[in-house]
Formats: sequence, C-alpha cells, structure tokens
Amino acid sequence: MSYDYEKWIRPGKLPHIWCPGCGHGIVMKGLIRAFDTLGFKKENTCIVSGIGCASRLPGYIDCCTLHTAHGRAAAFATGVKMARPEMDVICVGGDGDGCAIGGNHFIHMCRRNIDMTYIVMNNKIYGMTGGQFSSSTPTGAKASTTPYGNPDPAFDIAKLAIGAGATFVARGTAFHATQIDKLIVEAVQHKGMSVVEILDDCPTTYGRRNKFKSVVEMMNNLKETTVPVKAAEKMTPEQLQGKVLTGVLYKEEGRSDYTTEYAKVIERAQAAKK
Amino acid sequence: MENKLPRIEIIEKYCKGCAICAEYCPTQVLEMRGFVVAVKNLEACTKCMQCELRCPDFAIKVFAE
Repeated sequence: MSYDYEKWIRPGKLPHIWCPGCGHGIVMKGLIRAFDTLGFKKENTCIVSGIGCASRLPGYIDCCTLHTAHGRAAAFATGVKMARPEMDVICVGGDGDGCAIGGNHFIHMCRRNIDMTYIVMNNKIYGMTGGQFSSSTPTGAKASTTPYGNPDPAFDIAKLAIGAGATFVARGTAFHATQIDKLIVEAVQHKGMSVVEILDDCPTTYGRRNKFKSVVEMMNNLKETTVPVKAAEKMTPEQLQGKVLTGVLYKEEGRSDYTTEYAKVIERAQAAKK
Repeated sequence: MENKLPRIEIIEKYCKGCAICAEYCPTQVLEMRGFVVAVKNLEACTKCMQCELRCPDFAIKVFAE
C-alpha cells in the first residue's frame, strides 16, 4: 500500500523547491517514516533549521518548526530543548550551514550532549547560494569559487561529531533510502546528542561542475563509494581505500545528558535560596 | 490465485523528471516522456515500491492490495 506522507506535509506546500534529483526529498521522506515509527505527535515535535537548501525542510513538515539564522540552528534548538525538555527536538541542515558557518555551535552542541538529534545533509557544496565550496567539498573538486579544483581537505563530519563529544553518530546516504529512517529512529531513541550525517547529491551545482552526467550517476556514485560498517570489518585496508563507512559509527551509553544535568543545577540553586 | 495489478499514480504537477524512479525500477515499468515519468508496462510491476521510496518529489504512489 502506498505510504501516506501527506499527513505530515503542510497542505499546499508541494511541489517543493529542491532541484530535480536532489536527495533532500528522499531524506524528508525518511524523516516522515521515522516520525511514524516513533509515534511522534505534531504538537510535541520541533524541527529547527538554519539557512540553505536542506534548511528549507521544516517549511514543508506540519509540526512545530523554527527556521533561523544561517548556521545558528544548533543554538536555537538548544534554547527550545532547555525551555521545553519534554519536546522532541530535531535539527536539520546542510554541511555548509551545520559544519562551516555553524561549526562553532555544532561542536559545542555535541560537547554538551544535549538530548536531541542533528541531521546533516551533506551534499558537499553550498547549493542555494550558487555552488561555492564548503568545508566538506572533497580535495580537487570543482565549485564556483574553486574552478581549478579545491585545495582544501574535507571535513569528516562524523569524526568531527565523535571528537566533539556526541554520544551517537551514524552515517547514511540518499541512495540507501530504507536505511535513513532506521538511523533516524535509532538516533532519536538514543538519550543524548545524536548526529546523523546523510551523504546527499547536488546535481545542479556540484554534479554539473564535476563531470557527473546525470542524477542517476551521482546516486550510483553514493552506492559505489560507501561500505556498511559490518562489511568493512572483513575488508582489507587496500579495499577500503577511498570508501566511506555507513551505519552506526559510534554509540556511547551511560553519559548523562545536558537537560538532566541542568535540572540538577536548578535544584541546587533553589535549595541554596531556601 | 488472481494476481491483481497495482495502480500507479503519478502526480505530474510534482514530477521534475529526474528519472530516478525509471532507472531503479527492476522491471522497467516506468519510462520518461519528456520531463515527466509515465507508466509503460504495468503488467511487469512486482509492487516492490522502489519508485515510491526513491522519488524525491512525492510524485509517485503505488497502490497495491
């Protein structure tokens, strides 16, 4: 039976603004399926985003949403979570918004281990503003501001999140559509900071400059360059050369989250006042 | 047992013609007609739902019993 995505979509908002073949739509579908699996209620779910293509996502989903300043989604989401700790807060954004312009907020959100989920849709470029290279553009790739190839190495967003202190880090791709909702469900159920990086395609500003003939070629590239974590255990370092791992990359149990710790601070402060 | 054919609904207003659905259909049920996808061979459909799952534009729905 056809899946009823429409109950989570704001009436009259489709078709969305994303380009033909953009993977953000596939991620949005995965997010909606995850909401259904988790039994989320519209009034108790908050999606926060910054600026960018991926950050347009909250505009389409019918629940509490917040569209904020560029790179500041993590800061606003922290505020929402502190004011309403019972709310399910999910941050969405692109690689440029989350890890370059909002990189500072991103690492401190991870460090604090706030009980929320950040979904980074990594399309390796600033799509909305015209294809400038971002912090996750691979070395040598062409962008509008690096026409002779990008000299910088790319961020590994998952490793950055682990290093900064996130307690659940996973990676999926827009090609592996059925995996997206499973990763999001696991991330939301985890008590503490969860980061899900989803490798995406940008056919308009990245694909055309980097000799990808079609959307399908970009999707196949996501399939060919990724290896599930379990399969990678049996592979040799030579076979893993140039491959990106997908699945749950890191999980740490038992660390207390920020809202719980902050409630203790409030308790202590009130006890001292008496 | 009667094998009932599914109903494939394509919302042409939403379809942007990326061809992901037609490419990943394992039995080549769909084809591109200009910038919109169309059903070519409904009899071959195995109701795997890959097209619906992968469509980024919410433009394709497969109704199967």
